[in-house]
Amino acid sequence: MFGWLTQTAALAALNLRSLPRRPGAAAVAMSGIAALTGVFAGVLSMASGFEKTMEGSGQEDVALVLRSGSTAELNSRFSSEQADVIRYAPGIVRDAAGEPRVSSELFWIVNAVGKSSGTEANVALRGIQPAGYALRKGYRLAEGREFTPGRFELIAGRGARNQFAGLEPGQMIRFGKTEWLVTGVFEAGGSVFESELWCDVNVLQSAYQLGSGFQVVRAQVDGAAGRARLEEALDGDQRLAVDVWSEEQFYSEQAEDTTALIRVIGIPISVLMAIGAIFATLNAMYASIAARARELATLRALGFGSLPAALATLLESVALALLGGVLGCAIAWLALNGFQASTLASSFSQVVFNFAVTPDLLAQGVTAALVVGLVGGVFPAVRAAMAPVTVALREL
Amino acid sequence: MATQLIQLTGVSKNYRKGRETVRVLDGISLGIDKGDFVGLMGPSGSGKTTLLNLLGGLDKPTEGLVEVDGRVISALSPGALAKWRSSNIGFIFQFYNLLPVLTAARNVALPLLLTSLPASRRKQHVNTALQLVGLTERASHYPRELSGGQEQRVAIARAIVSDPPILLCDEPTGDLDRSTADEIMDLLQRLNRDYGKTIVMVTHDPRAASFAHRVLHLDKGELGAPPEETPGAPGGTSP
Ligand SMILES: Nc1ncnc2c1ncn2[C@@H]1O[C@H](COP(=O)(O)OP(=O)(O)O)[C@@H](O)[C@H]1O
Ligand SMILES: [Mg+2]
Repeated sequence: MFGWLTQTAALAALNLRSLPRRPGAAAVAMSGIAALTGVFAGVLSMASGFEKTMEGSGQEDVALVLRSGSTAELNSRFSSEQADVIRYAPGIVRDAAGEPRVSSELFWIVNAVGKSSGTEANVALRGIQPAGYALRKGYRLAEGREFTPGRFELIAGRGARNQFAGLEPGQMIRFGKTEWLVTGVFEAGGSVFESELWCDVNVLQSAYQLGSGFQVVRAQVDGAAGRARLEEALDGDQRLAVDVWSEEQFYSEQAEDTTALIRVIGIPISVLMAIGAIFATLNAMYASIAARARELATLRALGFGSLPAALATLLESVALALLGGVLGCAIAWLALNGFQASTLASSFSQVVFNFAVTPDLLAQGVTAALVVGLVGGVFPAVRAAMAPVTVALREL
Repeated sequence: MATQLIQLTGVSKNYRKGRETVRVLDGISLGIDKGDFVGLMGPSGSGKTTLLNLLGGLDKPTEGLVEVDGRVISALSPGALAKWRSSNIGFIFQFYNLLPVLTAARNVALPLLLTSLPASRRKQHVNTALQLVGLTERASHYPRELSGGQEQRVAIARAIVSDPPILLCDEPTGDLDRSTADEIMDLLQRLNRDYGKTIVMVTHDPRAASFAHRVLHLDKGELGAPPEETPGAPGGTSP
């Protein structure tokens, strides 16, 4: 029906016009909704940023061989003989000279000082073999030079260099009893490897008396079929008890624990804030209709209907929520998008990642704000519609 | 039979106050002719506003019938009643009840939003109404920029803009000084005399009441004879 639509539009315009007359309650509700939206979008962008980093790390055509039952590199272990058996197993791609594309690696944790926090945190120091570079998609030396095999030298991932002190090329840094020279900074397509420090695996073995063994063997395989062949061969070998992972799957499973944790903590906080925001909205809207009770009654006396009065109140609440939501999103986007943070991942070392405030997340934030506006506006809207005109007209 | 524009038959109104029921109007029967100008007086709390609200379809009687122009409005649904009000009744309040966020012209235009008139015609009507109350040059002023008398004239323009046959005024001069009150009364008289509006006006002011064709007295919910001698300055201050 045309009538009540125009009435609703007229009343809603009036409501919005009177918003600035009652800035207090409206501002409280709006900032509550903005805070909710900001935190909600923040949590989601943190989870999605972390996920993006982890999921970008693994490749389908790289196989990860870990000791059977290990879900992290840290608690896996092989002897050098076992590593050699894996190296020459079928299914692994070989280079022109017939050498398998394999990097047997050690994953060691050292302490570095966070630039912004000033406190010590775990950082991964990974020992690699020469084939290790090519096994990372997007590997690129960004500054300086690569470490020289056989020397106490390392290169730092870009993320690690940004987050931790003392990792500029040319600087010496002490981890435990050993001093290392930082020779360069590398990138690896924004993946989790950029949070690591890389050195020669044999140097790492001797630096911390790790023996001659390894923790993980990374191998280039010929897709899923190659990986299956490798797995079959290793399973049948009495000398080994290993699991063969697709690197891609390994990192996305690692991401799940942490993103689940972020969500488990973040979602209840968002829900609590949403409840707070709903009450602030209720309060603002009750204040709004109370402040204008006589105006509303006057309009009703002139012939405006009660349904338009209710709808206009609901629209006012939704508009308030929309303003708050957009504000919250703007703050989240300005403050957090691309913001670099690090968190302890399930590898027990810090993973550096960027918050990713995507349009998708902003839409979810605004949707949350709208839901708050609708829920917070329903009861005031009903009251606006039901209020007896004659009573409100008597009030001054 | 329906020669009278407004006809009340055995109208009573009860309010509940906690457990007890208060009878505010008690079996009122009353007829008002088209073109009449009726003053309604009585002590504070005697039910004058309640009676006016029943006439204007803002409230429904507990018992009895309210007929306007042959239609039993006390039987209409709230929605139908709202629509009926928009084309039949103009309300004028003691405290003007203008919307502070709207200019005079926009306040006057409010009742026209309930019609299907195009914007240009609405503007015409608003200008005519403002002209009639002598406030053309204040069209773009906000209520806070107007005096009490000017505000009441804007309210009167709003009441007449959609050309309803009936004006219901609840102490229209109650908040105004004497000379301003006289101006408002002149205006109401003109609307009655020259434009044929039927007016029912609640007032405490005998001077205002003297503009009416006849004055009804309400006391304890019943229409009665006027008091023996009306004192010069009535003391009632009921809103
Ligand atoms: N909604 C209501 N609920 C209960 N009592 C009411 C209500 N409205 C009016 N009354 C009572 O009805 C009586 C008449 O009120 P009213 O019509 O405003 O008188 P008047 O306008 O003559 O001063 C008063 O005693 C008032 O308290
Ligand atoms: Mg009264």
